Amino acid sequence: MVQSLALALGKQVTEMPQYLQFQPKPYQPQMSAYWYFDRWPYLRFVLREASSFFVAYFAALTLFQVAALSAGPSKYAKFEECMRSPLMIILNSLTLAFLLLHAVTWFNLVPRVMMRQVLGKSIPDPVAAAPNYLVWLGVSVIIGLFILRII
Amino acid sequence: MADTIILEVARFHPERDTEPTYQSFEVPLRGDWMILDALNYIKDQLDGSLTYRWSCRMGICGSCGMMVNGVPQLTCETLLTNFAPGPVRVGPLDHFPVVKDLVIEMDDFIGKLQKVRPWIVRKDDRKPEREFLQTPDQLEVFKQYTLCINCMLCYAACPVYGLDPSFTGPAALALAERYNLDSRDQGAQERTDVLSQHDGIWDCTVVGECSVVCPKHVDPSLAIQQYKLTATKEWFKAWLLPWGNK
Repeated sequence: MVQSLALALGKQVTEMPQYLQFQPKPYQPQMSAYWYFDRWPYLRFVLREASSFFVAYFAALTLFQVAALSAGPSKYAKFEECMRSPLMIILNSLTLAFLLLHAVTWFNLVPRVMMRQVLGKSIPDPVAAAPNYLVWLGVSVIIGLFILRII
Repeated sequence: MADTIILEVARFHPERDTEPTYQSFEVPLRGDWMILDALNYIKDQLDGSLTYRWSCRMGICGSCGMMVNGVPQLTCETLLTNFAPGPVRVGPLDHFPVVKDLVIEMDDFIGKLQKVRPWIVRKDDRKPEREFLQTPDQLEVFKQYTLCINCMLCYAACPVYGLDPSFTGPAALALAERYNLDSRDQGAQERTDVLSQHDGIWDCTVVGECSVVCPKHVDPSLAIQQYKLTATKEWFKAWLLPWGNK
């Protein structure tokens, strides 16, 4: 309309204002590839997920140990020698830390993925998680007794 | 304690800017002020062009959710003095398109909310002759999930939603579970098509931050894990039992 009015008045419209009032362009945020460093809960989550690699590594290591054990005393002595290297001690200490993280976070999630109601009553979270910790403790005590040659 | 505190507020003008920038404002540090009061001070006294949503000022309407120092919070419930001596960084909720300054586009969430049919679904559409009765025990099963105020803090806290916007998300899934657990509802089967999908419950990796930031203690993470349990049971029933699909 402005243009036709200007033409009617015999004037050239050289510049028209560029209105974007009804064409908003929202800003689309992008997540950083390193988003898990933004906050501790996210880093803790990623460490929890990464603990699966250490679980897989330890399972494989246990299989190697069993294979070495069944191959005879000399092979097992070689396996033990390998385990004494500083690199393996560091790696296995790290693995122990991650396995503990894996176990604790897994057990703490148990109450959330099981039935909340038994016989019409809600079970408190600690009660639902307790059997796992008790079994863990029981198995650890038995293994400890074996290692200390008490049984 | 100092008399003032610096608020770094995200500014974005859709007609001028390509991305948000932070502008610093010095505001009085008053013991009874929430972050929202400080934003209102800026708008009234320092810069009237600052744009943000708010309404009730008492943690009910769910309008004033923002990122405060990187954590999603209702600004009407977050004390300014918690962040002394400052500065405090206030930004729009993460993972949502920004319309202007601190205002985000919420269409995606509203669409997802509608998809899960968050209302009582009855197989018989006729108007009931009387109200549906419910015992206090039946109410207790889902009551926690009715407290959701749709503030979207859980979406801003969820990295899964940030990385994969097709994820149905915590609040919508919690509300779906709220109706699934309601003894008056008969729409669980209809909702399964939306919920038991990769974009539904199975996208959730249990980060758990949705439940931590929820101002109403709704615990959406619990709702999602509980529905995973239900969906798994239904799946086994459908495959193992000859009458499972019925």
